[in-house]
Amino acid sequence: MAHYLLAVHGPAEMNEFGNYGSKEEMEEAFATTGAFNDKLKADGYWVFAGGLEPASTATVVDGQGERPIVTDGPYLESKEVLGGFWVIDAPDLDVALKLAAEGSKACRGKVEVRPFQGLA
Amino acid sequence: MPEGAAAVERVFREEYGRLIASLVRRFGDIDVAEEAAGEALVTALEKWPASGVPPNPGGWLTTTATHRAIDRLRRETLRDSKHQAALMAYDDTPHDPTGPVEDDRLRLIFTCCHPAIASDAQVALTLRLLGGLTVAEIAQAFLVPETTMAQRITRAKRKITAAKVPYRVPEAADLPERLGSVLAVLFLVFNEGYLASGEGDPVRVELTAEAIRLARILRTLLPGEPEVTGLLGLMVLIEARRQSRVRQGQLVPLDEQDRAGWDERLVAEGHALVRECLAINRPGRYQILAAINAVHTDAPTAADTDWSQVVALYDRLVRIDPSPIVALNRAVAVAELDGPDVALALVDRLPLSGYHPWHVARADLLRRLGRSVEAKDAYDAAIAATQNSAERAYLRRKRGELV
Repeated sequence: MAHYLLAVHGPAEMNEFGNYGSKEEMEEAFATTGAFNDKLKADGYWVFAGGLEPASTATVVDGQGERPIVTDGPYLESKEVLGGFWVIDAPDLDVALKLAAEGSKACRGKVEVRPFQGLA
Repeated sequence: MPEGAAAVERVFREEYGRLIASLVRRFGDIDVAEEAAGEALVTALEKWPASGVPPNPGGWLTTTATHRAIDRLRRETLRDSKHQAALMAYDDTPHDPTGPVEDDRLRLIFTCCHPAIASDAQVALTLRLLGGLTVAEIAQAFLVPETTMAQRITRAKRKITAAKVPYRVPEAADLPERLGSVLAVLFLVFNEGYLASGEGDPVRVELTAEAIRLARILRTLLPGEPEVTGLLGLMVLIEARRQSRVRQGQLVPLDEQDRAGWDERLVAEGHALVRECLAINRPGRYQILAAINAVHTDAPTAADTDWSQVVALYDRLVRIDPSPIVALNRAVAVAELDGPDVALALVDRLPLSGYHPWHVARADLLRRLGRSVEAKDAYDAAIAATQNSAERAYLRRKRGELV
């Protein structure tokens, strides 16, 4: 088995319904995503998952110098940012890609699949 | 190179795909497989010229390479026991019963042509691992520096390992789609050979031959897939006309070719393959293209061509693939049936000004309609957009003949 990050990217600027067009759309996406999460757990692929607060809430810390330097904002200024992710445990890339397709449909966003070197 | 060594290299090249594929299954790692195969070649070069090629050279190479790989992994086990032990144990169990066929090469070609691999890397990996071409040969064929090609192949192999691209034939439900990318890779290799870009040879026989060889292997592995048969038929029927297709560095169009120069054996094989497709009756893109080429190669002279049949086949192709490129090829056939004016009206509607065959078709239709001034412009655009030296020479001649 191997671990994969399924990362969901979305616009940095969100409206009151997150990345969605309306309240109903947002609630529906939450419901389908919740159902997908349940399926991942039931089928044994689940490791960890979560949605992130907007990138504007991010803080960058550089601790390489003598004193840590703390900066407000995300590391990269861009229009598209990481909005949430799953970490899954799957036998190979084909399984990971199939799950990513289901997750993408559930959360209504594109999903980037990336293998972990290993998991601590 | 002494004759013995040349014979060894030839056998090695023929056996390479099978050898690598079986080593990848055994050791689960492409780099281990390639190194072991290379060491087996060195041993063969030492022994065979003196002792002769063994009766089963493929088996000999596989056994030798497997021993070399195990020796190497044992040595390295001392350094990194956990990782290497995992490699050694990779495939001692029976294969997952996921694929309909168990041939190692078939698994490997689906890995090489996996949609998660960039398409230029799919082509390169397939030629390297299944075809046994060297990185230098592949780089030369695709006109890129050897270091670029080496990086492309290395990057793809790293992704296969890191992302665990599976080494397996896709399940039946996914097979048609995944097979599509394998067939597309083989046809891409063939086309680059048949109408080579750049200033070198207008035809690269090593690429057309390799694409046909790999399609033959694929057909023996998947005999029930008519699109594989269709692609092989298509390539064989195009290849049959190769000798007549270039004369004194100029491309010779189909209607001007010396049909006596066509390879009768390949024409007969192609026709048999098309008949086999018709009997299965599950038409697809490559089968229809093969059938169109069968109509052309069936005509004793260009004037005997059954154009209504060709147009009817293109009509079926348009329903499967409504792309403007198919519509362009259909229009060229319509010109023979309904006249160049009807065809030109179809061609002019297509959004293909960046595609050189569109300019070639327009130039030819305008010339036949006697619209010389416009035809000259169209030939100029076609010459500027054409990469193939023989085709450019042909277009220059046609333009020069206009008054």
